[in-house]
Amino acid sequence: MKLYEIAHSRAGDKGNIVNLSLIPFKEKDYDYLYHNVTAAVVKEHLKDIVEGEVVRYELANIRAFNFVCYDSLLGGVTTSLALDAHGKCLSSALLELEVEK
Amino acid sequence: MKQLGFPYAIISPVGEGIITKVQDTGGLIDLRTVKEQLLYEVHNPREYITPDVVADFTTVQLEEIKENQILVKGGSGKERPHSLKVSVGYHAGYLGEGEISYAGTGALERAQLSKEILYERLSPHFDHLRVDIIGISSIHRKQFNESEPYEVRVRAAGRHRQKMYAERIGHEVESLYLNGPAAGGGARKHVTDSIGIISTLIARNKVKSKVEFLET
Repeated sequence: MKLYEIAHSRAGDKGNIVNLSLIPFKEKDYDYLYHNVTAAVVKEHLKDIVEGEVVRYELANIRAFNFVCYDSLLGGVTTSLALDAHGKCLSSALLELEVEK
Repeated sequence: MKQLGFPYAIISPVGEGIITKVQDTGGLIDLRTVKEQLLYEVHNPREYITPDVVADFTTVQLEEIKENQILVKGGSGKERPHSLKVSVGYHAGYLGEGEISYAGTGALERAQLSKEILYERLSPHFDHLRVDIIGISSIHRKQFNESEPYEVRVRAAGRHRQKMYAERIGHEVESLYLNGPAAGGGARKHVTDSIGIISTLIARNKVKSKVEFLET
């Protein structure tokens, strides 16, 4: 099963950093994501896209996660040669992660 | 989605807000869309730095009070920063682009051959060069699953201090009409100035803001 079946995500960009929120459709799945979608798991999944580290922040108050991915926009949105310079499509890359269920 | 109602917030003096939109418009204000927007372009949610406050979103509470109405409350923060963030634009050269399409049997193989030709001919002149196949790997730079497209588009992009070289990207792609794999078509080319932005900090007292009203 892929992550997109149980969660949604939005990508934001600042310089050469993309942030990917990860929000379970059902709040009860927050615990499952807490234990199974760690920063290390996301770094491995996105290793061909994110050159720097991945840091995970948890917001238990709204049952959501925020993954901050460094060095992931080919130098930064204003000088990137990528078709998707902002990396706005990278949320769907995260949601391709295979998960157990 | 053809007539989206843009969201707005009704804010009370005690610092609570209701996020909503005009009735009978398209779109959706619910916990999902509000959570996504709360975290948009945020890094550390405990310290979201703005000119007026360093906000803490980990204390925010969200509640759906009615369809398309979300109550937001509980946000907190720390003292505003001593410096302001300033974004500086600099001339980063010229961005040259070119694209060409292939369709039918062997489209992907022909596109891959074009990609090889373009890299070989252009990379000696460019520190920054990319050739992608739109329909295959131009967006995620890799594929997370295997699928076979019917048509593909090759896109080359390069940045160079001199406009003449940036223009060369488009010329090389157009040349593939007659000097490349069979049946390439729909070539386009484009050059734009590349303005880069870098950010730094400035002491708050160096920035004087003012408001001007223009009346007609």
